[in-house]
Amino acid sequence: MSGFALSLFLSLLCGWVLGSELTFELPDNAKQCFYEDITIGTKCTLEFQVVTGGHYDVDCRLEDPDGNTLYKEMKKQYDSFTFTASKNGTYKFCFSNEFSTFTHKTVYFDFQVGDDPPLFPNENRVTALTQMESACVSIHEALKSVIDYQTHFRLREAQGRSRAEDLNTRVAFWSIGEAIILLVVSISQVVLLRSFFSDKKTTTTRVVS
Amino acid sequence: MVYFYFIICINSHFHHALYFHIGETEKKCFIEEIPDETMVIGKYRTQLWDKQTSSFLPSTPGLGMHVEIKDPDTKIILSRQYGSDGRFTFTSHTPGEHQICLHSNSTKMALFAGGKLRVHLDIQVGEHTNNYPEIAAKDKLTELQLRVRQLLDQVEQIQKEQNYQRYREERFRMTSESTNQRVLWWSIAQTLILIITGIWQMKHLKSFFEAKKLV
Repeated sequence: MSGFALSLFLSLLCGWVLGSELTFELPDNAKQCFYEDITIGTKCTLEFQVVTGGHYDVDCRLEDPDGNTLYKEMKKQYDSFTFTASKNGTYKFCFSNEFSTFTHKTVYFDFQVGDDPPLFPNENRVTALTQMESACVSIHEALKSVIDYQTHFRLREAQGRSRAEDLNTRVAFWSIGEAIILLVVSISQVVLLRSFFSDKKTTTTRVVS
Repeated sequence: MVYFYFIICINSHFHHALYFHIGETEKKCFIEEIPDETMVIGKYRTQLWDKQTSSFLPSTPGLGMHVEIKDPDTKIILSRQYGSDGRFTFTSHTPGEHQICLHSNSTKMALFAGGKLRVHLDIQVGEHTNNYPEIAAKDKLTELQLRVRQLLDQVEQIQKEQNYQRYREERFRMTSESTNQRVLWWSIAQTLILIITGIWQMKHLKSFFEAKKLV
């Protein structure tokens, strides 16, 4: 392999910047920051969604290497932000649950940096794709968006399911609690009434005599 | 020159992974909701904060990270100690929420005041775990065959996710039906308790007042 071809191959290797997709738990009054080194001119997308917890909202903030805020939203449930890196350096994005006192949240985020790695890094990239190859590429892109929609559907379903399970346990506890309260209140009403009449009886007898 | 460039590139490739800071004994957990028979590969790299140079050291020998992975039934499927750079793999056998927890077990950080650890993390799930150039070399596939193989893997992942969705929807439906039943029985029971306590109260008070010769 010639030196030029090798360096071209290696430069393609360096163009590999993968996307990171993580789901983590954010305790109450906590802030979690993630950092990524990005080169100038790379198109990046940050997408996040709160999966469980409280009112399903979180503060999100994205800063560039000089500390300028590129994106800042308070109490958002889900959002997607696309930007092109204007400078080289470490970009930082933080999720904050500091406004919440006792609910911890589960947050999902997907930070895509650049494009997908080339499937078959080889030198004859300069030739045009055949019809079959371009059909494969478009199917690949379509399937990627299907997988993306599936992920969003799964997160929504997880949210709905956790609410339903919460409701189920709440109904169980509440019904038992209500029944106990009813019994306690009715018995104490009777006892209280009895005590009123018992006292009156003794006071009246004393007055008479 | 080419080799120098090669080494720079290899280092910078992993440099491009997402990183975050973790305290000394802090445990960081990540949740992966995946269908069954899905492979997950996680790679991490740690860097320790050096107070003298006020920067992160490139690599820290002797620093260990403990990786613990729990399946949806909170049973531990992997609990291992790795070095400062590590790679862990697991395949899920039950669909659901798997928890991947990392914490540093090193007490050496106590010597470095303000123990801050930088962890570069990359978790790949399902068809992203496949290394296509490797597969192409092993099975001697042409470019078209490799592309079709990638499409097949993607479609397989979509199928697994759809199956998992069906299972989740069933659980959701069961929970909703159980809530429905509980509300139904509870409302009937409450009404009965109300009526019975009302009747009991009236009877008891009536007999009480009759005994007190007030009625």
